[in-house]
Amino acid sequence: MTQDPSSFVLKRRHLLGIEGLSPQEITGLLDLAEEFVTLNRQIEKKRTSLRGRTQINLFFESSTRTQSSFELAGKRLGADVMNMSVAQSSIKKGETLIDTALTLNAMHPDILIMRHAASGAVELLSKKVDCSVVNAGDGTHEHPTQALLDALTIRRNKGRIERLTVAICGDILHSRVARSNIILLNQMQARVRAIGPSTLLPAAAERLGVEVFRDMKEGLRDADIVMMLRLQRERMNGSFVPSVQEYFHYFGLDETKLRYAKPDALVMHPGPMNRGVEISTAVADGAQSLIREQVEMGVAVRMAVLEALARNLPNA
Amino acid sequence: MTTSPRPLLLADALLVDPAAGTETRGGLLIRDGIIADAGPQLTPSSIGPDVEVMACGGKVLAPGLVDMRCFVGEPGYEYRETIASATAAAAAGGVTTIVCQPATDPVIDDPAIVDFLLRRARDTGIVHVHPMAAITKKLAGREMTEFGLLQEAGAVAFTDGARSVTDALVMRRAMTYARDFDALIVHHTEDPALVGEGVMNEGEFASRLGLGGIPVEAETIMLERDIRLVKLTGARYHAASITCRDSLAIIARAKTEGLPVTAAVTINHLTLNENDIGSYRTFCKVTPPLRTEDDRLALADAVADGTIDVVVSDHDPQDVETKRLPFAEAYPGAVGVETMLPAALRLVHAGLVPLHALFRALSTAPAALLGLPGGSLAVGEPADLVLVDIDEPWVLNRDTLRSKCKNSPFDEARLTGRVAATFVAGRKVFSLSA
Repeated sequence: MTQDPSSFVLKRRHLLGIEGLSPQEITGLLDLAEEFVTLNRQIEKKRTSLRGRTQINLFFESSTRTQSSFELAGKRLGADVMNMSVAQSSIKKGETLIDTALTLNAMHPDILIMRHAASGAVELLSKKVDCSVVNAGDGTHEHPTQALLDALTIRRNKGRIERLTVAICGDILHSRVARSNIILLNQMQARVRAIGPSTLLPAAAERLGVEVFRDMKEGLRDADIVMMLRLQRERMNGSFVPSVQEYFHYFGLDETKLRYAKPDALVMHPGPMNRGVEISTAVADGAQSLIREQVEMGVAVRMAVLEALARNLPNA
Repeated sequence: MTTSPRPLLLADALLVDPAAGTETRGGLLIRDGIIADAGPQLTPSSIGPDVEVMACGGKVLAPGLVDMRCFVGEPGYEYRETIASATAAAAAGGVTTIVCQPATDPVIDDPAIVDFLLRRARDTGIVHVHPMAAITKKLAGREMTEFGLLQEAGAVAFTDGARSVTDALVMRRAMTYARDFDALIVHHTEDPALVGEGVMNEGEFASRLGLGGIPVEAETIMLERDIRLVKLTGARYHAASITCRDSLAIIARAKTEGLPVTAAVTINHLTLNENDIGSYRTFCKVTPPLRTEDDRLALADAVADGTIDVVVSDHDPQDVETKRLPFAEAYPGAVGVETMLPAALRLVHAGLVPLHALFRALSTAPAALLGLPGGSLAVGEPADLVLVDIDEPWVLNRDTLRSKCKNSPFDEARLTGRVAATFVAGRKVFSLSA
């Protein structure tokens, strides 16, 4: 912790991804988030740093935890938060993404939180608006606040990130969480592994900064952190993997497979979990699981992101 | 399977060991179901009194055949063939291992069915039986099966039988996934759209018979696609049934590139051609169809030079009700496990394929490809053996076939070379004289 977190400013207008963030910026955000962890455990959780600011949560893909996490984060910092979900939006009526952006921009929001099913959609929108934009997940590209909350969770439990061995397991191909985590963990000097069947690994995976394994026993050896990913239902019945039964047999994290990792290895999952598909209930609820702590860190990290971006806004 | 209680010396045989590439006159000693020793030094006088001796009179003794493509009707089509009838036919043909096919009812696409078959084989079979499982569930060509669990249960490879996986994305994903498990994909390369209404090789003869033709491109286009997917995915790939000269060039090029590609030809395509259909003989209707004599000769050369790795029977028992029909309506398929070796010896007698190359394609290569023991006369290998008089002339009467179905294209054919005895794990499972 090299600088005073209370004065940390993210000197950029948007947070579109982990890509491009320096280790100093990542550390700055995590340090600031630590303050909010403390705040969030108090009865009085309110700050006023975003008072007068308008935050719009624009979710083109349904989300429970990320959207509510951003909503709480904005409210605790004093912003006026408005949720726009796709069901109510005019996108359903045929409006293009750009028109939606221009319409919202005319309402003078200060921060737009956006999730969209298409990779690159958040960046596209960010070019059309005058406010700050935070990527809450774009397609299979990035989910930066998830990677930051994962990093915070790891750092609080292991005391560091550098030189830890982190195994990311499962559907790497379709996972924006995996991509953001791979970038962040590499920036922070961790050793990153990707484990999954070849059908769920992206092309040229080894070029993305990971060591690739197709077998849990080898891939989990000496791992400090085991990060499981969600496998979507439509992908588990013969298209990418043959069946739930086979997937769990070879890639589901149960107590036997967890023993391949270090004895003090910790288990993470971005949620929502498919118990019995990628993770067993015993592991998900076990002593080595950090899954519920990740949710807590989510609010703190999002407060840090909002605060650090707001400090860079005009008239701040 | 019980082993012979007494050691057995097969004396004075021509030991043909395709794995070693040798042909030696001598004896072979079987002890506890295993090849204990072999060579010219083994004679009845050199051996102890506890050893049973069987005089072979210079007949060929070779590794038992491993038939990679042999349809058995269990489960679901027991009226066509059972494990008991198929393995009896196999034993009489010198075949000591059959690999049954998944086009059963239900399809072999579930580990429980693999388990069922292996137990049925243990209880009712007299030769080794290993199942191939389906590539896609219900052979529907859409969703891949549980390659990992099926392989753990005992499936030796994956095939959709006589169906092609037409969707290239499904095939790509299946190959990608198969590679993780080092699973072998065995594919019938025939584009159903190009087959269309065709029932035999496209060409002059089909035109004269007024039958719909199947161009060789139905095979070569699918095969080319597959080879490119192998290059993309790195999967182990085996072309189940190559029928024409053009396909040989594709296989040869893939091998030159170092791709993990192998190929098989059926005994039918190696010994018959489209003219054998004659006046609409439905027993010569097979899939893919019999091609021209030029193709047949090219296929024989390819077995000799190793471009084609494996010869299979493509044993497919068909009921009279499915064969006693107009040619276009009859089902494809021919029985063959019992006649594969005598028919294949035609190639040896014609000077097209050397004896050891033939046995390599009939035993050593398929055993190696499937990771099964056998295919060799080396000490320590299981005593799965065939004793064959390669010069004995005889005429096949299909009514004597042990298969439940008699749809043999070799009915009344003159054959030279006949299986005298077959041993599985040292136990005699067939003897011509007995």
